[in-house]
Amino acid sequence: MSQFTLNLLVIGASFALYIGIAIWARAGSTAEFYAANRGVSPVMNGMATAADWMSAASFISMAGLIAFTGYDNSTYLMGWTGGYVLLALLLAPYLRKFGKFTVPEFIGDRFYSPTARIIGVICLLIVSITYVIGQMTGVGVTFSRYLEVSNSTGLWIGAALVFCYAVLGGMKGITYTQVAQYIVLITAYTIPAIFISLQLTGNFLPQLGLFGTHDATGVSFLTKLNQIVTDLGFREYTAHHNSTLDMVLFTLALMIGTAGLPHVIIRFFTVPKVSDARKSAGWALVFIALLYTVAPAVGAMARFNLTATMWPGAQAGDTFSEPAVSLEAIETAPELAWMRNWQTTGLLAWEDKNGDGRIQYYNDANPDSPAAAVAVERELAGNELTTVNNDIMVLANPEIANLPGWVIAVVAAGGLAAALSTAAGLLLAISGAVSHDLIKGTLRPNISEKGELMAARVSMAISILVATILGLNPPGFAAQTVALAFGLAASSIFPVLMMGIFSKRVTREGAIAGMVAGMAVTILYIFTYKGWFFVAGTNMLPDTADAWLFGISPASFGTVGALINFAVAYVVSQATQRPPAHVQELVESIRVPRGAGDAVAH
Amino acid sequence: MAEPPTCLNREGPKDMSDRQSSNAYWQANLRIIYICLAIWALVSYGFAIILRPLISMIPVGGTDLGFWFAQQGSILVFIVLIFWYAARMNKLDAEYGVDE
Repeated sequence: MSQFTLNLLVIGASFALYIGIAIWARAGSTAEFYAANRGVSPVMNGMATAADWMSAASFISMAGLIAFTGYDNSTYLMGWTGGYVLLALLLAPYLRKFGKFTVPEFIGDRFYSPTARIIGVICLLIVSITYVIGQMTGVGVTFSRYLEVSNSTGLWIGAALVFCYAVLGGMKGITYTQVAQYIVLITAYTIPAIFISLQLTGNFLPQLGLFGTHDATGVSFLTKLNQIVTDLGFREYTAHHNSTLDMVLFTLALMIGTAGLPHVIIRFFTVPKVSDARKSAGWALVFIALLYTVAPAVGAMARFNLTATMWPGAQAGDTFSEPAVSLEAIETAPELAWMRNWQTTGLLAWEDKNGDGRIQYYNDANPDSPAAAVAVERELAGNELTTVNNDIMVLANPEIANLPGWVIAVVAAGGLAAALSTAAGLLLAISGAVSHDLIKGTLRPNISEKGELMAARVSMAISILVATILGLNPPGFAAQTVALAFGLAASSIFPVLMMGIFSKRVTREGAIAGMVAGMAVTILYIFTYKGWFFVAGTNMLPDTADAWLFGISPASFGTVGALINFAVAYVVSQATQRPPAHVQELVESIRVPRGAGDAVAH
Repeated sequence: MAEPPTCLNREGPKDMSDRQSSNAYWQANLRIIYICLAIWALVSYGFAIILRPLISMIPVGGTDLGFWFAQQGSILVFIVLIFWYAARMNKLDAEYGVDE
């Protein structure tokens, strides 16, 4: 059976499963559509949250980000998991007790202000739309690579699928498809990792393999990896190279950004009790950790495999003990077919610059490395592996390790599951904000339950259409998900929710001023270095560490924005009148778990 | 990070004893949160980043303890923290009679 047929079968089967679930889990009321009738068990919700949270970026890109940077990019691992501690301790249980359907609804009620609610909706829309475009592009790329259709056809197929289960089932349909998608994506991620860990270190668990012994040489795997990457003139894998301050702020921005993402928060509205919300955050992190503790192993091992492919001597001895891989092998050898496959996508490229019939991969910008000495001795003309995209580290992994064809098909289905599950969660957050906060909350408060359900479905359908069109023509800001979505969630949504719960003194004026200040400063900082609305060339300062304020990168600035939000809200609140008694009562009531059951009947 | 509750003695419809009990519950909750957040910050920002040079003499599989915390240890600690918090809060809810 050809690889194409295999891919088609596995992806088709996974899609049939999602559609089956969608038909089984149709939503009949707004409570089902927005919050799955608050009947999801904490473990199930944990699994759905994990799929909701782990996007195409986590599945496809993260291991590559770690592979080519090493220790410094541990920020992603800690940042994207540590946020769940904040969610479990500071937000999820209280917002579940509040017992409504959307994040802006809490902001509006707690700060007794429709204006605050609208600002919440605006933040939510910017964050979620930025995020969803990335997922849709991911769907298109995966389809075109594995099913030999064009990018846009792939996107429309993905959109039609999301339409089926999101519009029909709302939160209920999305929850149960996400559970299925989690199982697909974690299987797809883990199987190649286990094989590769066994091949390189003899450890069944990649988590142990990363810190285990490299079988062929008998030294620690990470010691061996450090050795070969520094031989080639790259930075030592396990060492700390970048600014400590920026690393701390970036990790914190990712953590509070994660805790402030509306599509993650609303998942905790689906469990029956407050205590379930706390427990569910723990389960979510368990399921996320299954991928996040494998990712650094995948990254390090893929880096090793790639390097040892280019320098076969590194496999079992010194890096330069054998000549580099020959051009002939790359062009004909069956075990290097993956290089040819990925060359056609443009994500991998090579060029025999010195015409010696071999492809030498090394860092030609480092004049002091062993590779530089070898370059002089063997008359090299610079690095000849000219393009290695981060993303192929996960996608090409099964091919690099020579795994059977069905593993490759499962990885393709896993990548699609990761992108589709996150897209569906985001679309639900978007349509909820439109139908519940804008239409029901502001424009037409008297709309009937049936009318609101219809409005929710229509806004979902429109959101899918808009996301697909934006996915076809991604605007400049789509590539800036980390800076823009996490920066905004960190600087506007997280602080306002936390203050709403932990302070009774923060007033309407304080919250609005805080949100606007945090958001404005963060956006301005990002635009200063990334260009106005991300239009290339309109940046006022170069996007380099020397030009950044105190060396703080635009992506880390969400942390500073959050501090500004807290400070402004505190000062303005002190200068304005205390919140009214009913709001103080509301805060009292969300702080105690008893009575959350009543909210189910809401 | 948490702003201390500022208005413990505000006027409200609830009777004193009820409010004192709910204040005591909230204070106990805050104490548990502070402990958890201290550990959360120590393993990630501490051991994995800022304090890494101080614990670099402890070897872990070809590298040092700080690297292990950065790529694996802190995530495991986060999981334990959340479940510990959830269990501790269930006990606290029962003690103060505010459980569901």
